[in-house]
Amino acid sequence: MEKILLLGDEAIAQGAIDSGMSGMYAYPGTPSTEIMEFVQRSEVAKERNIHRKWSANEKTAMEASLGMSYAGKRSMVAMKHVGLNVAADVFMNSAITGVNGGLLVAVADDPSMHSSQNEQDSRYYGRFALIPILEPSNQQEAYDMSYEGMELSEKYNLPVMIRLTTRLSHSRSAVVRMAMRDENEISYPADPIQFVLLPSNARQKYKVLLDKLAELRKISDDSKYNTYFEGKDKSMGIIACGIGYNYLMENYSNGQCPYPVLKIGQYPLPTNMVKKIDEECEKLLIIEEGYPMVEELLRGFLNKEKRVHGRLDGTIPRAGELNPNIISAALGKGNGKTLQIPKIVANRPPQFCSGCSHKDVYEALNETMKQFSSDQRVFSDIGCYTLGALAPYKSIHTCVDMGASITMAKGAADAGVRPAIAVIGDSTFTHSGITGLLDAVNENTPITVIISDNSTTAMTGGQQSSAYAKLEDICIGIGVDPDHVRVFTPLKKYHEEMVKVLEEEIEYEGVSVVIPRRECIVTLTKKKKDKKKKANTEV
Amino acid sequence: MKTDIILAGVGGQGILSIAATIAMAALDNDLNIKQSEVHGMSQRGGAVESHLRVSDKPVASDLIPIGQADIIISVEPMEGLRYLSYLSDEGWLVTNSKPLINITNYPDMDELNTEITKIKNHIVLDSDKIALQIKSPRSTNIVMLGAASPFIDIPYKSFEIGIKKIFGSKGESVVQLNLDALKAGREYAEAHIPVGSN
Repeated sequence: MEKILLLGDEAIAQGAIDSGMSGMYAYPGTPSTEIMEFVQRSEVAKERNIHRKWSANEKTAMEASLGMSYAGKRSMVAMKHVGLNVAADVFMNSAITGVNGGLLVAVADDPSMHSSQNEQDSRYYGRFALIPILEPSNQQEAYDMSYEGMELSEKYNLPVMIRLTTRLSHSRSAVVRMAMRDENEISYPADPIQFVLLPSNARQKYKVLLDKLAELRKISDDSKYNTYFEGKDKSMGIIACGIGYNYLMENYSNGQCPYPVLKIGQYPLPTNMVKKIDEECEKLLIIEEGYPMVEELLRGFLNKEKRVHGRLDGTIPRAGELNPNIISAALGKGNGKTLQIPKIVANRPPQFCSGCSHKDVYEALNETMKQFSSDQRVFSDIGCYTLGALAPYKSIHTCVDMGASITMAKGAADAGVRPAIAVIGDSTFTHSGITGLLDAVNENTPITVIISDNSTTAMTGGQQSSAYAKLEDICIGIGVDPDHVRVFTPLKKYHEEMVKVLEEEIEYEGVSVVIPRRECIVTLTKKKKDKKKKANTEV
Repeated sequence: MKTDIILAGVGGQGILSIAATIAMAALDNDLNIKQSEVHGMSQRGGAVESHLRVSDKPVASDLIPIGQADIIISVEPMEGLRYLSYLSDEGWLVTNSKPLINITNYPDMDELNTEITKIKNHIVLDSDKIALQIKSPRSTNIVMLGAASPFIDIPYKSFEIGIKKIFGSKGESVVQLNLDALKAGREYAEAHIPVGSN
């Protein structure tokens, strides 16, 4: 069959489409965004009318995905690692309810925090929920695991996690597809109380889940994604998880590692294979992208034998993404001398685009804040506007989790801080800001919320924002006084006006929402280009 | 054969189009490919890189080990130097000479040129100027690809096929502009490869 070039993310999407998926749900987040974007571009998805619209956040996405599964159809939900924190409630409980139609949870972790607030390892969540985890090492496996993961999910009546990391998500390679499957017909779960987690039911369902664990371990030993490669040199055995296997094999140009190697692509860990490598080898090296999860399990709390090596004993750095050189050093092979990077090479951090509306907002905010003490702080959030923490603006002082700007400003206001100001984006506001604003409204807490509305989800590439054309209605609807919902256009020529509005609303002893609204310059330029292209082709 | 390529530039300069074109050209020759790219935050005007590995044998790692890159293609003169630790002793630096200055502490151009010329194998060209000359100012990136193409063990025709595949959706005229850019870059490099170099 024809080879196609796909990113790891795209391979996941193609695999799910080919497996007969009827719906995909997601909120954009690097490095997972391209999964949904691929489904949105797919001709087949269009023909089959596979659901492929963005959700307000990861929790609503996963709940909708579970609803489609309840209806007997196959679905997938995708998110970045920290998005799983948002979806954690439904995620944990979906393991206890089980599924009806196949349900894949594709989670992309971001070790080294290329575009994230932390490098948490989603495998812990999979283990926590007691569900199978598939972890591809390459794009073909990503495709296969997505395709076959649907079956696995239906066979064991459980959601299945596919765990990716940045490097595979955003790396392209050739993939061969399998035959397209038909979609499922609508069918309700045979057991009408399967999804009713009342305590009496939940206890039963939890036991059903626990009873599956032995079988899940057994299928891991039989899985084609877990492979034992024999090796002559038994002084060490290597367990390499996911993409870690690639970095190991990069160090053996002939494709032959002298040590026994256990390649892991499916969890729970395969008991017999792990026992075998432990018995055969004098010591073990664990190579895993993310946290030392397998390593910690195998070495145990007391680490009496000191035979297990990896991130915990410093053989591999405790934090950050792996690469072939880190593994080379861990294997004792070292790395040769390389050319020196000249000292004159300067850092080039990301920055606001020329013409970005956030810049005008921060100019106005900085001017407004001058009248307060020089130690004034502003709470903020996650998006392009977080770049306002860097020079030259240095306008904001927090970036913690989606929506936290509003609630942290509220807490600070409760502590007596004046003014208490939050800066949040439109998409982040509808993701997780609304409930925090409601808290403030209910207590009439004196906070000023600036929703810097560029009418898109910009940082991840300009996806549709759930907030589009709804912000004032939402704020007034949950009880913000309409006189204190102020909208203006952030442009240099309106600078004085913006400062005046900010001053007035900061002075107000209650909840006010200021909405500077101007479309993201990137999406605007793209729209103009597309329009021109369309006009040209129509002529 | 094996060619490991680092692509360097600033977010928005089109290094991903270069990478995609080479990958298509490699696929046309039934070669194995792994091409890793940077998405997300750094695309906003920050330093971006892409690792591209092409081989007739299976490629293990998505990332190139340090000291093993055969070529660094840089669309910006300082950015290529950022990844020098990846370049092998015999590797080529093919770089644009036109700086993109969006930071306050951008180094002095003379010092930058001194560092570039210290590298054993290097080709420096003003690809912005060349792109302007052929009336395709937005094809700077493909001029760079053309200049690097003699060092990639893939037939020239395959790069043309790659361009048709990558830019095909943007219309015939865009394809032609990029084919012109590829050719202009190639011709520059062929005229400027020092005699006796490999």
